Amino acid sequence: MGIYDRHKADKAGDALFKGISYFFALSVILLMALIFIVLLKESWLSLKTFGFGFFVSSDWDPVSGSFGALPAIWGTVVSSLIAIVIALPISLGIAIFLTEMAPKPLKGPIGTAIELLASIPSIIYGMWGLFVFAPLLSDYVEPFLVDYLGFIPLFRGAPMGIGMLPAGFILAIMIIPFISSVARDIFQMVPAMIKESGYGVGATKWEVISRVVIPYTKSGIIGAVILGLGRALGETMAVTFVIGNSHEISLALLDPATSISATLANEFTEAVEEIYLSSLVELGLILFVITFVVLALAKLLIKKTALEGGRR
Amino acid sequence: MNLHYLKRKAVNMAALAASAFSAAFGIVFLFWILKDVITMGLPAIDLSFFTRLPAPPGTEGGGLANAILGTFTITVIATAIGVPAGILAGTYLSEYGRKSHVADVVRFISDILVSAPSIVVGVFVYALIVRPFGGFSAIAGAVALAIIMLPVVTRTAEEMLKLVPNATREAALALGAPHWKVTVLVVYRGAIRGITTGVLLAVARVSGETAPLLFTSFNNSFWNFKLTEPTATLTVTIFSYAMGPYEDWHAKAWGAALLITSVVLLVNIFARVILRGRSA
Repeated sequence: MGIYDRHKADKAGDALFKGISYFFALSVILLMALIFIVLLKESWLSLKTFGFGFFVSSDWDPVSGSFGALPAIWGTVVSSLIAIVIALPISLGIAIFLTEMAPKPLKGPIGTAIELLASIPSIIYGMWGLFVFAPLLSDYVEPFLVDYLGFIPLFRGAPMGIGMLPAGFILAIMIIPFISSVARDIFQMVPAMIKESGYGVGATKWEVISRVVIPYTKSGIIGAVILGLGRALGETMAVTFVIGNSHEISLALLDPATSISATLANEFTEAVEEIYLSSLVELGLILFVITFVVLALAKLLIKKTALEGGRR
Repeated sequence: MNLHYLKRKAVNMAALAASAFSAAFGIVFLFWILKDVITMGLPAIDLSFFTRLPAPPGTEGGGLANAILGTFTITVIATAIGVPAGILAGTYLSEYGRKSHVADVVRFISDILVSAPSIVVGVFVYALIVRPFGGFSAIAGAVALAIIMLPVVTRTAEEMLKLVPNATREAALALGAPHWKVTVLVVYRGAIRGITTGVLLAVARVSGETAPLLFTSFNNSFWNFKLTEPTATLTVTIFSYAMGPYEDWHAKAWGAALLITSVVLLVNIFARVILRGRSA
């Protein structure tokens, strides 16, 4: 083969390889667009039939074909917020323990263990919640809550171990490894010199943590929390087992509720009527849009922190 | 002055105790779950668990051989679709479009898709494949898992390829090798360990997925060797057995939970060992 032929073949090979890799990179964008288009198309019937009323109606009646998303949206948002409220202090506690307190030989193993626990499939958390945690809650914790905190409307309801609060709790356990490993990585980025300056002027360990480490890493922590929120909003299996699947909106957190993902998991294969299926797909579309916005926000926030960190 | 000092010391002790306590709280819960999965799963696991079909509802015995095969088949097909696509997309991000706008958009969307709700992917594949082609199938399940893998593999492949020093690329280019040969024979070789790790983690992650399989591969109580038929998987079996009324089903569900958890954890540990081997 002459040198010119070979040069031509190389050029063709280059163009081909670049073209193929470009195609697959574009396929990611295409996939996202396709998910939106397909969900929009399939939920068109429901969008047309119920319009904006879908968001504010709490009807969910497959027999008469009347659907509203409010209970599912309410359940998704409230259970995720409960999860964040519980998971945030514990995750920060774990991160502080791992970066500032744990003796060196413990740091590695505990850190790795927490990261490994993040890889356990979510269905395991859900199943454990149903078989182990729910009976425990209904026997010991929830009657106590109703008796002593029942004057607050939030802590009322049937103490069955299944409902909004248990779902939020299981979600919290699921996202703890996730938030705490991100928070630990962020805490480790605080320059030692800044912390030592704190100790140098006589600050206690807690004062250094609360007035130097946490303010320094604030946006990163917010980003990690929103990322955890994004996970919690879309989580299906951990919630479906313990939320109770009731399309009633109740302020009492011990009452059964539902979420978008739990409704989909339980009802999707049973939906025969077009309008039923279409309403379920619209629920999926709503979930997709909510998580898209939340995750995009988290990403922009973390990116901003990284840029600011670089400037400092 | 002295009182002020004591107060600060007390606050310090209290706060540190609180964070140690919350760390212990979190860690105890996480290990509690593991302990239960092991103690309740072990009794269900015997030879017939791996070799026999599920017994008819309400009767004891049988196994989950078909679900084990189903999880394996679907994960393998998903890997065969998702991994090459992801590596090539990552190649574009690292080797060709490093600073282009397209690459920025691809990165942004990948990062969002990584954390996107997996059940929505199930709904999407249902509308795209299951309904038009008339039924649940192993292929549909594999496509759903491949969609979940794609952004994960894309981002890891990009990160790992970027770690290969530019001097290596330049050395190969200076010898007259065309760009694609440099990428395939030199850059890939340099990043193989990292990419393998990423792929292993992605495979472990999707093998434990349930939500995207509920409306795609569905379930099946019998052997199924056709990719176009509904197929049982371990995770969907856990879901339906755990929700079911029979004690024996619950025991089987714990067994399946133990099996899938140990595989996922072992792959994760193995991947970490490979990665550590590189830095050493």
